[in-house]
Amino acid sequence: MSVTNTRRSRHIGITLSKRTGLVFILPALILFTVFVLYPLLTALSYSFFNWTGIVRGDFSVLDNYVTLFTKLPYRDQVPNAFFHNVLLFVGAMVFQNTVGLGLAVLLHRLKRFKRFFQTIFTLPYLVSPLVVGYLWSLMLSPLFGPVNFILKAVGLEQFAQPWLGNPATAIWVVVFVTAWQWVGFPVLLYGAALGGIPQEIEEAASLDGASSWQRFREVTFPLLTPAIGTVSVLTFIGAMEAFAIPYALGGSQGSPAGATDVLSLLFYRTAFESGASNAIGTSSAIATLLFVFIFGVAVFITWFMRKAERKLY
Amino acid sequence: MASITPVLPTEAHRTLEEPRLDARPPKRRRGFSLKDATASTLLWVYALISIAPLVLMVSNSFRTTQEMASNPIGFPIAPTFSSYQKAWVTASFETYFVNSIVVTVASVVLSTVVSLLAAYAFARTKSKLFAAIEALFLSGLMLPVYLAILPLFFLLDSLGMISNLWSLILVYGALGIPFSTFVLASFFRQLPIELDEAARLDGAGSFTTFFRVHLPLVRPAIATVVVFRFVPVWNDFFYPLILIRDQNAYTLPVGITRFFGEYQTDWATLFAGLTLATIPLVVLFLLATKQIVSGLTAGMSK
Repeated sequence: MSVTNTRRSRHIGITLSKRTGLVFILPALILFTVFVLYPLLTALSYSFFNWTGIVRGDFSVLDNYVTLFTKLPYRDQVPNAFFHNVLLFVGAMVFQNTVGLGLAVLLHRLKRFKRFFQTIFTLPYLVSPLVVGYLWSLMLSPLFGPVNFILKAVGLEQFAQPWLGNPATAIWVVVFVTAWQWVGFPVLLYGAALGGIPQEIEEAASLDGASSWQRFREVTFPLLTPAIGTVSVLTFIGAMEAFAIPYALGGSQGSPAGATDVLSLLFYRTAFESGASNAIGTSSAIATLLFVFIFGVAVFITWFMRKAERKLY
Repeated sequence: MASITPVLPTEAHRTLEEPRLDARPPKRRRGFSLKDATASTLLWVYALISIAPLVLMVSNSFRTTQEMASNPIGFPIAPTFSSYQKAWVTASFETYFVNSIVVTVASVVLSTVVSLLAAYAFARTKSKLFAAIEALFLSGLMLPVYLAILPLFFLLDSLGMISNLWSLILVYGALGIPFSTFVLASFFRQLPIELDEAARLDGAGSFTTFFRVHLPLVRPAIATVVVFRFVPVWNDFFYPLILIRDQNAYTLPVGITRFFGEYQTDWATLFAGLTLATIPLVVLFLLATKQIVSGLTAGMSK
């Protein structure tokens, strides 16, 4: 290897020779290469071939991608699942930036019980998404689910319904449960960001006669831009990768009638449950598109937020 | 064994439940303006929305299915552990639980050890090669690597490792590298270089310096990394769903999906199972609230 030539360097911060450094890095590099990098690069190539079972056939250029958009059932399922991912992202963003931000602002003013509330709000975030999904499926059960029980008890009987059995409400259950689980994260993040804003700025604005709403809109909110950026990127990635909650609430088929289907479920189903002869080719095309989309948009949001941040200072 | 575990939920249950009982009092405190009262009411209302399903999960696990059928919400007046026994023994939660512990502990140890070594090298060298490798690892934080499951499946299959817990340990170990090196390298970089120079003057080699001087100093970062890898690995459902085909090697999340199919109408057992899967996380959370809160907000500096 040409990289192992040990050139003694006198730069600050260097105490390891290249050779020793490589020894330190090698275990992690091998593990990462074998189980992350190699599968990742190979997966991208899979989508450009025609497969018969697990036997790779001819190089098929973009045939698998064409299949996704022209052949049934993919022609219907892909946009349907994608739409649900988008709903999930938008719903979670709205919930986190209204309820989450609101709770963070309220907590910021609070002197006592702060840690207690933080703990309570964060708890669902740590529980397994699968457990969360199943727990809510029991909560919303039409048989003896507590939610319908409460609705009936307070006289809102007309709202009691089979939440997960009705295609019109099922996807909103997925959106709500996801947002419910995630909300602790923005509460903590916005809380930290609010704590980082010097009090003098708010006081100065207040002396200039700004009302508390004006202070929030003109001073506090813009200073939260970096935190909002982080929340947006992570929410986007989380919403596009959603798998366990939809699986727990609607099974791998996205029932009822595909109402809770998302792209990761569609990928899983196509690859491991469809039994189609070209399952690997088609599912790899879904994976590649999703991969490029998630990475592309995440990079774009990061870049966009950086730009917005720079405008601030 | 069956007698030890069911004791835990009562404790977890009590800590979750207790604060909720005094949900009203803050209003009565003197010197409270209307605004403060509204604020704290809103906080308590959301606290209830946030915690109620989890409290219900625990409290219903101590009730019988018949009790739940007549009244979905209620205190376990005559608490029973029979549903835990059923979940633990009959529904094989014992196997799933042990598998989950083995996989989680082993993979977190693996990813932390290799990441410590790598992060140290990143912090103490300066060359384009090392910077490139570090950037490569970091990219793993943003990439949806789970989509590469097919080649991974074939790779592990060709090694005869499908349904083997080692497959999960190695995969999670590798998946932990991006986050762990990111946190640890930034910690190592904060340690003054004079430490290394002093150690070298005393005749210590690179490995001795690393083990004796640096490792003890980055202990807080190690705690953060361990806690933060524990949670996603313990909770992960995707990899075992695909890589584990044998019931005896199921981890808790996959075990639960099977269990939900089989025990559909046995609500008490379902709640007990969900509680069992959550206990280690609650224990971890109570032990390491500080690391979790600071770790969740650490992403800010990115």
